[in-house]
Amino acid sequence: MLGVVDYGVGNLFSLSASLRYLGVPTEISADKDVLAKCDRLILPGVGAFGDAAKKLRDAGLDEVVKQVALSDRPILGVCLGMQLLFEKSYEYGEHAGLALLPGVVSPLADRKELVGKKIPQMGWNSLVKKRDCPILSEVDDGEYFYYVHSFYADGESDCCDAYSDYGIKVAGVVRNKNVYGTQFHPEKSGDAGLRLLAAFTKI
Amino acid sequence: MLAKRIVPCLDVRDGRVVKGKNFVGIRDVEDPKTMAKFYNDESADELVFYDITASADGRKLFADVLTSVAEEIFIPLTVGGGINTLDDFDRVLKCGADKVSVNSGAIKNPSLIADAAKKYGDQCVVLSMDVKRVGGKYVVFAKGGREDTGIDAIDWAKRGVDSGAGEIVLNSIDTDGVKGGFDLNMLSAICDVVSVPVVASGGAGKKEDFLTLFSTLPKVDAGLAAGIFHDRSLRIRDLKKYLKQNGVEIRL
Repeated sequence: MLGVVDYGVGNLFSLSASLRYLGVPTEISADKDVLAKCDRLILPGVGAFGDAAKKLRDAGLDEVVKQVALSDRPILGVCLGMQLLFEKSYEYGEHAGLALLPGVVSPLADRKELVGKKIPQMGWNSLVKKRDCPILSEVDDGEYFYYVHSFYADGESDCCDAYSDYGIKVAGVVRNKNVYGTQFHPEKSGDAGLRLLAAFTKI
Repeated sequence: MLAKRIVPCLDVRDGRVVKGKNFVGIRDVEDPKTMAKFYNDESADELVFYDITASADGRKLFADVLTSVAEEIFIPLTVGGGINTLDDFDRVLKCGADKVSVNSGAIKNPSLIADAAKKYGDQCVVLSMDVKRVGGKYVVFAKGGREDTGIDAIDWAKRGVDSGAGEIVLNSIDTDGVKGGFDLNMLSAICDVVSVPVVASGGAGKKEDFLTLFSTLPKVDAGLAAGIFHDRSLRIRDLKKYLKQNGVEIRL
């Protein structure tokens, strides 16, 4: 059973609909015991990092995510959910993440290369593969994915398996062993996104 | 780099697509779900649903339609029409909308954009503007283009973005339906004063109009149209191939 961590951040409509469309048995839950039994987890999220990290901790769900990750079961963080997997974020201050991925999350607005560029990055950007990644097994190099974000993880970092160019290299897909993340929304990225989600459910 | 977006717009009344009559080749031409699937398969980058229903029954039907589309189409969905309160935002977001477009509602209630941006994030709030030239100035019209508000469009766009609108849809009443191309002067004036994505609407008649739009105004992020896509005088797949061949960044 795939578990979706429901900690009150963002709209789970599209994610649950896409998993239903793929025929993947899914448990959307805020219950620690239910999620701890799942064979893989998706950590979604839209909104502010600090607020989301607090909600996850207050619900005790940060421990479940870590527990599942440390027992070698696959985890996929999506958008803000991906960012939460890093060590920390500099989104309006400094906030600790779950530290399941090495590195930090920073504001796009801090990069001088992006002066005059629109922030958030909102739209379809092509994904450049740096190396093989199990969740990209059915995705071709250069396919487009849908991004909406103002903060980013470095596309040059070691844990980045694929990036998109927005004037700087923005991490699109990140991975540390069984812990995966996508900055874009696979549930909003048409057929390519569905193929990525399907690949995650089969790892 | 970000791809330019091609966006078909579907006007829905009482749960059916209006202007779908000439949509040849598929069986139920007024069924929003059938059309949404068609556009998804043509690789539209986003769908806009505009609720032009006045009645409460129609609203309910619209919610059902939106939900059934969002359950099977996995590209961004923007919803507009009759968005006057935060409850209206809530109502359509629960049905699977990703972005909500406000127009007359923001004119009636100037705090709507700020309140919605605070609650749902800037990326969720789209300011849709119907604009017409009046006495050498760009002026905002309300109620589907019928009412002159006297509001300066450049000012209105700036205020909307300052309040938290994450995107602007600029519909030129002057070029709408004329099929002579997008209103480049009006678009340029708005692009110059805002830092968020701008979607061009009104005037597209042929594929060359989109190429002119994106090559003349690199700041424009997307082109929106309805009739020419619905009657299939222009197929989105062909349009996108044409743009790509002419050097426009595009998702095929």
